[in-house]
Amino acid sequence: MSDDAPTPASLPALAVTGLVKRYGERVVVDSLDLSAAQGAVTAVLGPNGAGKTTTLEICEGLRSADSGDVRVLGRPPRDLTLRARVGVMLQEGGVYGSVSVAEALTHAAALYRSPQRVGDLIAVLGLTDVATVPSRRLSGGQRQRLGVALAIVGRPELVFLDEPTAGLDPQSRRAVWELIATLRDSGVAVVLTTHYLEEAENLADHVVIMDHGRTLASGHPRDLVSSVASQTLRFTADAGLDLHGLAERLPPGSTTVEASPGTYVVTSPHLSDAMGHVSAWCVSLGIHPTSLSSEQRTLEDVFLDLTGEELRP
Amino acid sequence: MSLDVRPKSAPAPRRRRVLAHARLELVMLLRNGEQLLLTVVLPLGLLIGLTLTDIIDVGGTTRADRLAIVVPSMVALAVLSTSFTALAIQTGFERRYGVLRRIGTTPLTRSDVLVGKSLAVLAIETAQVLVLGGVGAAMGWRPDAIGLLLMVPLVLLGSAALAALALLLAGVVRAEATLALANLAYLVLASAGVVIPVDKAPERLQPLLDLLPSAALAESLRIATVDGSVDGYLVAVLVVWAGLAIAGVSRWFRWE
Repeated sequence: MSDDAPTPASLPALAVTGLVKRYGERVVVDSLDLSAAQGAVTAVLGPNGAGKTTTLEICEGLRSADSGDVRVLGRPPRDLTLRARVGVMLQEGGVYGSVSVAEALTHAAALYRSPQRVGDLIAVLGLTDVATVPSRRLSGGQRQRLGVALAIVGRPELVFLDEPTAGLDPQSRRAVWELIATLRDSGVAVVLTTHYLEEAENLADHVVIMDHGRTLASGHPRDLVSSVASQTLRFTADAGLDLHGLAERLPPGSTTVEASPGTYVVTSPHLSDAMGHVSAWCVSLGIHPTSLSSEQRTLEDVFLDLTGEELRP
Repeated sequence: MSLDVRPKSAPAPRRRRVLAHARLELVMLLRNGEQLLLTVVLPLGLLIGLTLTDIIDVGGTTRADRLAIVVPSMVALAVLSTSFTALAIQTGFERRYGVLRRIGTTPLTRSDVLVGKSLAVLAIETAQVLVLGGVGAAMGWRPDAIGLLLMVPLVLLGSAALAALALLLAGVVRAEATLALANLAYLVLASAGVVIPVDKAPERLQPLLDLLPSAALAESLRIATVDGSVDGYLVAVLVVWAGLAIAGVSRWFRWE
């Protein structure tokens, strides 16, 4: 296991092509393509039941794929040599209930040749006060942090983190974010799932939005926000204005609507141009808007555009 | 404080992995109060009680005669409690809480896990045999010298059969069912040819009881420590149980 050549820098840490997974008749992952670069944070986003965890578990070697190709550090996911090179944090469970934080990490560290120092890991993740507490008595957030610690104790090249900050308080979340950023800066590839869009926007170098087992969009969060959706301009004036003249002035792909009496919403892929046209149109008609504001769309807007707003079970 | 998280991944040597896992399994087995009651307190209490009183007729009229029967019986009971009941319950909950699943993503291989578990079980059984044998000797137990040596392979064989049955149970049914079934099986197996020797059971049942792995172990230990000999039939029973259970484990054990 120990004499593996490192993955060439040109290869992605994770490459998934045409992945399909069915549970009975239900297709959970449907021809999914996914790539995660080395030394980068890749966030996989999607509503509940989108197929994120199943995808991760296939990449971790815990489930088999029905078809498609998965390469983890250039190897099939169940290649035994990957076990030391890949760190995994499961969405839940995985720790002996009667074993303390320190015991669990000491046990995990003993499985690797050059592990992290357990005491340092405990301190960085804010687990010092509960180091001797059996894991079944930990809070949800403490258990999450223990899961992160177990995933990185072996100094892996690639880390899978399934919802690493779910249920964490803001301080703990920030500590985990800092740790993930440190991992990235140190050359570790991080693939995580999250429901926190803000987390993905701030932390990820690459975002994959998936639903119904398929990739809907992927790219840098900034590019996704600017390319997938238009930006919004909102102004208030007299109710019942005829917007046809405005629509003719705006760049292609723009829309205008009176969202509520006297409140007008303009969406446009070129917000600065649209703002000029709206101002000029108002002047030409002698309209005096009482307010005019632009709204920067977020990754969350993109996510909701792509996956819809209906509740998922 | 900051961590040096630059990748430096390599598995530890197998010996270190296995010993680390054995140590953890041992800690968990010893930490479980209910299991300690089954593995140490109960066999020791029965050893003293059945030797000094005649509440249960285990055979023998003198204290020496009774000790010759009771000590090997209690060794078999101790092996049953550790190799079967404690191992099944612990493994069942390891599955239930996703521990085995997570371990499947680490350098700890399945064979490392099984060897680690075996070492932990054997460490506890060694302590059990020493305690029971020591207390028995203090009370006047004088086993056959060759029989004492024969106890080692017999305990190993019986332990292998019972441990494989424990893993088969824990690897197939839910943890809660494993807990119930392992405790129920303990009570049934302990009373059927272990605490009470087979020859004290109704005559019609005796051939059936001899087919139970726990009874076969207890009876073979009694024969070995009294006569210094090995009963081939009972050993064959243990070998068949071990073979079937190991085959069942490799075919049906689910790691998650």
